[in-house]
Amino acid sequence: MEHRIESGADALYMDERDHVATALRDMKAGETVQYRNAEGLRAVTVVDDIPFGHKVAVVAVEEGADVRKYGEVIGRAVVSITVGQHVHVHNIEGIRGRGDLGSKEAAAQ
Amino acid sequence: MMNGTFMGYQRANGDIGIRNHLLIIPTVICSNQVCNRIMQMVPGGVAIPHQHGCSQIGADKDRTFDVLAGTGKNPNVGAVIIISLGCEVVDPAALAEEIRKTGKPVEFFDIQSVGGSVKAISHGAELAKRMMADLEKQEKVPVPWNKLKVGVKCGGSDATSGLSSNPALGAAADSLIAEGGSIVIGETTEIIGAEHLLAERCVTPEVSNQLYHIVNRFEDEVQRMGADMRGGNPSPGNIAGGLSTIEEKSLGCISKCGKAPIQGVIEYAENIPDHGLYFMDSPGNDIECVSGMAAGGAHIVCFTTGRGTPTGAAVIPVIKITGNKMTFRNMEDNMDVDVSDMLDGTGSLEQAGDRIWQEIKEVAEGKWTKAEVLGHQEFSINRIGPSL
Repeated sequence: MEHRIESGADALYMDERDHVATALRDMKAGETVQYRNAEGLRAVTVVDDIPFGHKVAVVAVEEGADVRKYGEVIGRAVVSITVGQHVHVHNIEGIRGRGDLGSKEAAAQ
Repeated sequence: MMNGTFMGYQRANGDIGIRNHLLIIPTVICSNQVCNRIMQMVPGGVAIPHQHGCSQIGADKDRTFDVLAGTGKNPNVGAVIIISLGCEVVDPAALAEEIRKTGKPVEFFDIQSVGGSVKAISHGAELAKRMMADLEKQEKVPVPWNKLKVGVKCGGSDATSGLSSNPALGAAADSLIAEGGSIVIGETTEIIGAEHLLAERCVTPEVSNQLYHIVNRFEDEVQRMGADMRGGNPSPGNIAGGLSTIEEKSLGCISKCGKAPIQGVIEYAENIPDHGLYFMDSPGNDIECVSGMAAGGAHIVCFTTGRGTPTGAAVIPVIKITGNKMTFRNMEDNMDVDVSDMLDGTGSLEQAGDRIWQEIKEVAEGKWTKAEVLGHQEFSINRIGPSL
């Protein structure tokens, strides 16, 4: 089977469990952009400027909850994130490699 | 299977080489300048100046020795000159003996015995001239593809790395493994958060446990530093490129080794076995990781980048691959393969993987990479102990 990204989307959504899609072009706040999930093309209105390669939330995430991309956990939300927001270092943090939080067990809390 | 062979250099111990370098090794930082001067006098010679070789003990000293020995044993090296100062901890005679196990010619001398820099440069240049003349006589012969060992590495990553260049490199890695060759992936730091996906692919529970063990060991070191690894890895450039956490970076990284089972976990600079996929415990740092792979016997490293990087390596070609169209245009000096068509829907993963696989084959048969054309010969040894 050939694997090809179907054209027509502005952002790439990797897995049905994901909270985010990756911008395939620079996006401006207020724009409605499209990404493709299993059901087809979906629209989301971005509320922040989002540069190429950065992530836009396509599902809301509560503060402290895991954030998924590639179907896997990439970190957790440090504040609640709403659909259309830029998802990056200002609103998510890593869970691993956190010497600043003391023990690994403390970091995992 | 392909035709089975390509034109390369047959080594006495059964290894195959795709380049035929004369390597000039300083055992210690104190002999760097003498080695560099000799390299300048004998075109085709490659010196590997480094910061180590003295004031080191235990596993840290052994690591320096292993990287120097492994680089000398790399099958792309046809002959070796070792130059020591004469009072350092890395023993040049032991280093020569180790490299001679491959059957290649090795000479060594020390600067103190020869009587200073000028005499050492003169003596070394005489040796280099003679050894280079012998190397020039060696002709390429048909050698089997299944002896080829390729490292996969990513550096200067951005969001395109995980979405395009790394999966494309993974497809090429699968092609080499299908031919019977070896792939080595490293960067223990950059599987943190994705190790469970690789562990599932290990051939035995022992290999899987070993993989978890080296990740834990690395993470414990970060813990000991008392800092968040974000900012160091992912780096400021990774973050500017859209990567938010080490977990996100790792999940994008692991696709570059393809889908084969993981046959084993090897130490930094340890010899890469024939056939199949192996994991080398190594830092994410580009030059340290690539130098460890070269010391393990890799013939080529395929290096994906989103931000763009010029790095090459001392004794092996480094093929630079990007899935970022802007980076390919902006840093065309340094980029060998463009797979950005994957992201605009005009090209498939399979086409991109095949493009990389074709490049690997051409480079194995002698085509120069951009890094080779520009004389990039980066070399760096991972350090694990204090300087005494």
